Amino acid sequence: MNRFSYARPSDVADAVREGRPGDVRYLAGGTNLVDLMKENVERPARIVDINRLPLHDIDDLPDGGLRLGALATNADTAWDKRVEERYPLLASAILAGASPQLRNAATNGGNLNQRTRCYYFYDTATPCNKREPGSGCGAIGGVNRIHAILGASAACIATHPSDMCVALAALDATVRVTGAQGERAIPIADYHRLPGAEPQWDNTLAPGELVTAIDLPNERFTEHYTYLKLRDRLSYAFALVSVAVAMRVEEGRITQARIALGGVAHKPWRVPNAESVLHGETPSQNAFLAAAHAITEGAHGHGENDFKVGLVRKAIVRALAQAAAGTPQSQTDKRVA
Amino acid sequence: MDTATLDTPADTYAITIGLTINGQQRRLPVEPWTTLLDLLREQEGLTGTKKGCDHGQCGACTVLIDGKRVNSCLTLAVSRDGADVRTVEGLAEGDRLHPLQQAFIDHDAFQCGYCTPGQLCSAVGLLAEGKAKSRDEVREMMSGNICRCGAYTNITDAVLEVLGEGSVK
Repeated sequence: MNRFSYARPSDVADAVREGRPGDVRYLAGGTNLVDLMKENVERPARIVDINRLPLHDIDDLPDGGLRLGALATNADTAWDKRVEERYPLLASAILAGASPQLRNAATNGGNLNQRTRCYYFYDTATPCNKREPGSGCGAIGGVNRIHAILGASAACIATHPSDMCVALAALDATVRVTGAQGERAIPIADYHRLPGAEPQWDNTLAPGELVTAIDLPNERFTEHYTYLKLRDRLSYAFALVSVAVAMRVEEGRITQARIALGGVAHKPWRVPNAESVLHGETPSQNAFLAAAHAITEGAHGHGENDFKVGLVRKAIVRALAQAAAGTPQSQTDKRVA
Repeated sequence: MDTATLDTPADTYAITIGLTINGQQRRLPVEPWTTLLDLLREQEGLTGTKKGCDHGQCGACTVLIDGKRVNSCLTLAVSRDGADVRTVEGLAEGDRLHPLQQAFIDHDAFQCGYCTPGQLCSAVGLLAEGKAKSRDEVREMMSGNICRCGAYTNITDAVLEVLGEGSVK
């Protein structure tokens, strides 16, 4: 790990001032950043330790929504009574990710800002346009079992590794950030970006901007939801594909269906137009399959990950069936019903 | 807890932090790039906590910080200034083993023993969380600790036995 200067501000304004100059990284739980520093992928000149900022709380919002502090840990969030009762999809997705130890340290802001687990991004001996713009992409034509099948570019086929963010996409969460220009709120759909020609940028934060909270709207999906995650081992592994579904069913017909995909793209993948094919439908395999094809239109593999195209469509059908039936996937009993 | 603003240049050798380690209050000079794992092992001589992968993938370095299990290899010590740290050396009371330690012996829950300190600290954290109750839940909630000898079934038995007794801190 490289040497760095260290600052530990105690309020957000000081942190944002510290975060503005180049080569600075904010340190929260450290579960991803410290790892990347050990790999020499990240070599910050300065670490701004934000753990003393007052961003640890989870608070009710006046409109019935919930504000998740950026520094609330993933574990405290998943096990918060209000999250369990009002946003069980989010709780389930968080508990599907990482390990108990990591969730005790990893924060909500850090979960948003974690980097891809692409092998080439981690291996500084190989080219990677995300790590070193212009150097090329080792994954295209290389080992790419875990890589993207949607929204990738000729420069980068990395995926965003989060489970939590997939649920946040289905819940239409909003990310609150503070920077030199003040505060702003970014819809989750606009927070992460596709790689295009500039894969070095994972998200739409301006340099030095700090995530302060994630707001969940007062729209509850407590009956018809699921988070279905498929991976190479049953626990403690990143998703090959995952599906978050938030659905409403009234008088036997689907009135709303939100589908977000993980493990398949540079950001949580949602196609609202594709979701609308389910509106007014009675739950059925055919209707689910039509939605699965619509949301994955244009999906294609890069060799080793070709299987993901078929796998994600089947996972979507299964997840929609789980949500429609009100039988969400258990994150402890691993059988997929 | 010290919440004063700190600011050190890169050539500063060490920052003095306060930690309570297994009940003992310590003032410790640490370089800011030192992980809690390296601090415990190299500076404090507490080599019970193991370095396995050093990347948060194996759980051998698991310790309890303010009662919660975390991977000490991914924790910069300086960021936990003021915290209470409990390692495997702090589980027994004198010669009286922690019930989990005794249960690991009774159930033959290890072979080489390298992952055991992390397994024990993780299990102490699991008991404190109070979420895992069934065998499936214990297996899932111990999944952050890898055992290359494959002692998982006996580890699960040991944790379940102590879980069944209740009342263990």
